[in-house]
Amino acid sequence: MSEIIVILVGTVFVNNFVLVRFLGLCPFLGVSRNLEAATGMSLATAFVLTLSSASAYLLHRFVLVPLDIEYLRTISFILVIAASVQFTEIMVRRMSPLLNQVLGIYIPLIATNCAVLGVALLNVQQSNGFAQSIFFGFGASAGFALVLIMFATIRERLDAADIPAPFRGTAIALMTAGIMSLAFMGFSGMARPL
Amino acid sequence: MTRMWTAILTIALIALLAGLALSYASCTLPAESSGLIEQVNRLLPQTQCAQCGYAGCRPYAIAIVDDNAPINLCPPGGDATVQRIGALLGREVLPLATEPQARPTVAIIDESRCIGCTHCRNACPVDAIIGAHQLMHTVIQSECTGCELCVAPCPVDCIGMRSLA
Amino acid sequence: MSAPTYDLGKLHGGLRLEGHKSESTAQAIYRVPVPAQLVLPIAQHVGDAAQPIVGIGERVLKGQLIAEAYGTLGAPVHASSSGKIVAIEPWPVARRYGDNAPCIIIESDGEDRAIEPAETRPSYDSLRPDVLLSMILQGGIVGLGGAVFPTAQKLMQAVTCELTYLILNGVECEPYISCDDMLMREHAREVLSGAQILMHALSLDVAYIVVESDKPQAIQRLAEVMGELDDERLVLKQVPTIYPSGGEDQLVQLVTNLEVPTGGLPTDVGCLVQNVGTAAAIYKWIADHEPLVSRITTVTGDGIAQPMNVEARLGTTVADIVNFAGGYTERAQQLIIGGPMTGKSVTTDRVPIVKATNCILVLSEAPSAGVERPCIRCGECAEVCPIQLLPQQLFWYACADDESKLRRHGLTDCIECGCCDLVCPSHIPLTADFRKAKGRMQELADEKARAERARQRFEARSRRLEKEQRERDSELAEQKEAAKKAGPAAIAEILKRKQQQSGDD
Repeated sequence: MSEIIVILVGTVFVNNFVLVRFLGLCPFLGVSRNLEAATGMSLATAFVLTLSSASAYLLHRFVLVPLDIEYLRTISFILVIAASVQFTEIMVRRMSPLLNQVLGIYIPLIATNCAVLGVALLNVQQSNGFAQSIFFGFGASAGFALVLIMFATIRERLDAADIPAPFRGTAIALMTAGIMSLAFMGFSGMARPL
Repeated sequence: MTRMWTAILTIALIALLAGLALSYASCTLPAESSGLIEQVNRLLPQTQCAQCGYAGCRPYAIAIVDDNAPINLCPPGGDATVQRIGALLGREVLPLATEPQARPTVAIIDESRCIGCTHCRNACPVDAIIGAHQLMHTVIQSECTGCELCVAPCPVDCIGMRSLA
Repeated sequence: MSAPTYDLGKLHGGLRLEGHKSESTAQAIYRVPVPAQLVLPIAQHVGDAAQPIVGIGERVLKGQLIAEAYGTLGAPVHASSSGKIVAIEPWPVARRYGDNAPCIIIESDGEDRAIEPAETRPSYDSLRPDVLLSMILQGGIVGLGGAVFPTAQKLMQAVTCELTYLILNGVECEPYISCDDMLMREHAREVLSGAQILMHALSLDVAYIVVESDKPQAIQRLAEVMGELDDERLVLKQVPTIYPSGGEDQLVQLVTNLEVPTGGLPTDVGCLVQNVGTAAAIYKWIADHEPLVSRITTVTGDGIAQPMNVEARLGTTVADIVNFAGGYTERAQQLIIGGPMTGKSVTTDRVPIVKATNCILVLSEAPSAGVERPCIRCGECAEVCPIQLLPQQLFWYACADDESKLRRHGLTDCIECGCCDLVCPSHIPLTADFRKAKGRMQELADEKARAERARQRFEARSRRLEKEQRERDSELAEQKEAAKKAGPAAIAEILKRKQQQSGDD
């Protein structure tokens, strides 16, 4: 039990995938202009992450290792991830055409989201068990969602504020992301040597 | 040798399974997009003037949703409508393609010249002109949207636009 | 009558302001003599303007009906004194939109003869409530706290709801204004009798008369009269002196601890609020047959030689009243009709006293002066907002013209009390910005409604054209059927006829 809490706290705060590991920056900056899109994106990514980290683990444990083709890890994980993303796109299109329009190209781009592949590969690297892999994926998506939604709310306020001309648009967004990253780096003090 | 074939076959098998699962999913879960067209239609000003190049407001909404038409083609809607559609669909907000008129206008018939030909009445997309054949026609000012579709068909040039302000 | 109770709900925010009321309450109410000319706007209330029923040159008596209530929301206007109608034309008025409004101008004849009542009226408690309500409509009574909502319509809407309390608003929280204070001191009996009439009209058993703690003489006088009337349905309550506890929704929350829902009315939580002046006016009309033709107004400020409260006929110009109060001092710079927080600045003193005029304020400088600077996001405004809104966020969204965000942050609930203006260290005119934003929101809502109508008409037309097309098609099909059935001989006949026709052409 405590191990699961450690995994969750680690992936959401201490080693946050976006602000500390710097993975998944494309949707972080691209979909965070308004809160509804950000929420939709986080849900879609969470769905993909959990599904693909579970399938990747199963694939690795029961197909790649017994057949001794572990070197095909990357390409087979990408296959699984792409399939999950396609499935997610079908689901999103079915459940909310508006969200489909709003997220647009960013849904297929989840396939190239390095955070998703990162989760799958890190699971292998850390030799996580099945339950640990699932929680690792879930924690990663929770951390991604947390940061994405926080950033979206800040950006909505930034839209209305009177920002000096040189900083308007992407500049102030990147500066804000940098400051958020600094804040999250403070969590690294939680990882004390045992 | 067998290792290479194992590798190729495994990847091919995974791809095949994934493809089958996806095609099954996409068949059994159809997509629906008509609700979105209605939402975009409600944001348009409903003047049915065809200044955007489409036959009316609803055809333009369909084009925006299905064919990715640019969202800045509606002069009566103004910048506010472009912003609203952009906010709804997550599209980039561009300046208007053609400048709108400075003030809202309504049509008015010069009753001394009207011959009751019903051409303008039939042209009005919101039925804001009333009048029977060979009898006096008049514009219901509160319903007129200022689309100007009635001005051209008049054979005696007795209908014109007047600024409301 | 026991001491007033003090067990109350809590009001968020608000400000303790300097009262500036002692200058005008030092002496009794003076009666301003009837001036030579009375200017009566036909729109002294919320809703449709009244329609004049008199003509130029006609002689009228005091209390005579000169303009009828018009539309679903309206109130009549009565002549304030006897005289001759000399004009019905635009005249400067202290209104929010536009500076001129149509007015009926009466040249008074100095006799001040009142009209005789049409028939003797029975005592109010023998009348049915709905009869009483339609009588109130005829008296031209509107909310005298400043909102000037037609009282009869307000009461008629209230009887459709489940009511528990009648609340009489004697709070008068805005600085400088003291007309209600003096009314309660000198005419407490009229106020309380008016409350009794209202309780009868609404079939209520409890009436709270609420007064602020800075009015000890008014409280004492009300308590004395309550003792004389010996009506245990009347309860006196005292509230702390915080602006704006006198706002309708704020008062309901203070007195009953019930929150009026956003966009709703006090009747939604079972309360009806009436100003003490309105109650007194109701009594004067129902018992004394005198319609609303005069009101008590405070004339004060450091630009007035002798601050005082006056009872003046409606239609008396501000200039006449200021003259009566000793005229302007050299420090006089700004003329405000109303209080320093919610009043309107006017540029001429030719404007007349109307039903809404509770105060004439002449100041040496504007209440919240200062150069506007950028917002420093200090958050002081949110601390004082009585509605618990976020004026800082509303300000940013108003600047960005973001209608949906403004609506979500509750801009429509803003009562424009001006507390946020006063505390802003950057002197940002927040209340004025919100008023503009509300206007813009209303414009957008109107545009949307018009577009919706146009869409419905367009779709109806499309359906009509389709129907006509279908009918034509089915007719054509029928004709073809009939022709086929008739047989080849008939077809040959038709073809011959066609050939002949083309031969003729």
